[in-house]
Amino acid sequence: MSPALLLARSTLLEARRSGLPWLVLGLLAAAFGLAAFLSQVAVTEGRELQAALAAALLRAGAAFLLAAHVAASVVREANDKVLELALALPLSRSQFYLGKLAGYAAIALAFAAACGVPMLLWAAPASAALWSASLAAELLLVCAASLFFALTLANVVPAIAATAGLYLLARSIAAIQLLARGPLAEQTWTQVVARGAVDAVALLLPRLDQATRSDWLLYGSPAAAEFGAAVGSLLVYTALLAAAGLFDFNRRNL
Amino acid sequence: MRAGERPLAAVPGWLWAALAASLAAQVALRALSAPPATAASDLPPAPRAVALRVASLGEPAAAARLAMLYVQAFDLGAGNALPYRRLDYARLRAWLRAILDTDPRSNYPLFAAARVYAEVEDPARSRTMLAFIHEAFLEDPNRRWSALAHAALLAKHRLQDLPLARRYAADLERLTTDPDLPLWAKQMQIFILEDMNELEAARIMLGGLLASGRLHDAGERRFLKERLEALERRLASKQRRD
Repeated sequence: MSPALLLARSTLLEARRSGLPWLVLGLLAAAFGLAAFLSQVAVTEGRELQAALAAALLRAGAAFLLAAHVAASVVREANDKVLELALALPLSRSQFYLGKLAGYAAIALAFAAACGVPMLLWAAPASAALWSASLAAELLLVCAASLFFALTLANVVPAIAATAGLYLLARSIAAIQLLARGPLAEQTWTQVVARGAVDAVALLLPRLDQATRSDWLLYGSPAAAEFGAAVGSLLVYTALLAAAGLFDFNRRNL
Repeated sequence: MRAGERPLAAVPGWLWAALAASLAAQVALRALSAPPATAASDLPPAPRAVALRVASLGEPAAAARLAMLYVQAFDLGAGNALPYRRLDYARLRAWLRAILDTDPRSNYPLFAAARVYAEVEDPARSRTMLAFIHEAFLEDPNRRWSALAHAALLAKHRLQDLPLARRYAADLERLTTDPDLPLWAKQMQIFILEDMNELEAARIMLGGLLASGRLHDAGERRFLKERLEALERRLASKQRRD
């Protein structure tokens, strides 16, 4: 087995032994409990309410759990000098980085499957499958971001905060752009500068608002082009994060 | 007991007492404080739809439904002696508008407007809701016709405003192009002009909705059935008084 695959396997083992599966079960229970409770007070669209809330909660919860797990795992390895030990082996830095990322990607896939299967309760199989595939791409992006920030910042809290900031901003940037261009926005120079700044920030962010949308579960599958564009843009951004992480990791003195 | 943990007996007695006392104090404090209650007059000004979208973090469908449950809490609360009548309907309309703009494919805001808020015994408030339903219908007739059909019935029987009811019925007939639209909805004008009482009309409409297979939601079916029973009781007591 190649060193990178061995690393990926050990990363998966670590996740299994660190209680992550129990956390996912807890997340599923919380999402179903809340959705079931709130659907009891709805006078209509009970099924849609359950699907939308469970999907929203699972999506955000899975992203947070994965980001926290990756950051904690990477920083612990750095503190325990596991990183130095691994790099003393016949293993290039790129192989190490990509091996870790492959392991986290496998966890992301398992997370997406665990969150996607219950969606079959409320949505058509095709819609649930597309939603899960999109969630897998989104979680892969979260893993790449968390790995990048954890290796760069070398501290758990700043790494989680930076990943959460990137994730939340990417999910809301389209609405913020709409807000900046709204009919109430004045045409003063400060407004123009602010709008330009928002547009510039948007250029550096992935379109997470277009991916893993709960309305796919409620109103039917997206068109192939729409789905392809949404997931494709996430994969491009994941590649960018991986390249940035590799760049930083290769030039660092350890 | 896990490895690395000491037995419970190792914990000092005063710490047991402190833990029990602080837990009891917390539970007592929470039990003594009144549960949070909402009053109809408390409905805050509605956010703009785009602000709701920002707050939704890319989940407009979930945010719209959560916002509906939030708005509902201001009038469906058990402690509310005069449900709906104390609500500020201008604010309520703005909330429903913002929620509908956040998820235009959701039926919830229009269902609540037609079946809950427009049925209030206050003509001005009822008209506010009917105007909202009509405005929303014009944006997407094929998806929103059932709310306007109910609005036409309310205009005729509750507001006794036949011209308004006919206008709604005419718009419903003229603007909907969905081939699956039930016949009774297409012929709403005749329905409005016929000399039938409110209960009879509501029965035909509800029966038509059920037969069309469009009511998939168990909660919605239960809600409409309860409404019909309430209408039957109201009309029976009115007949007894007459």
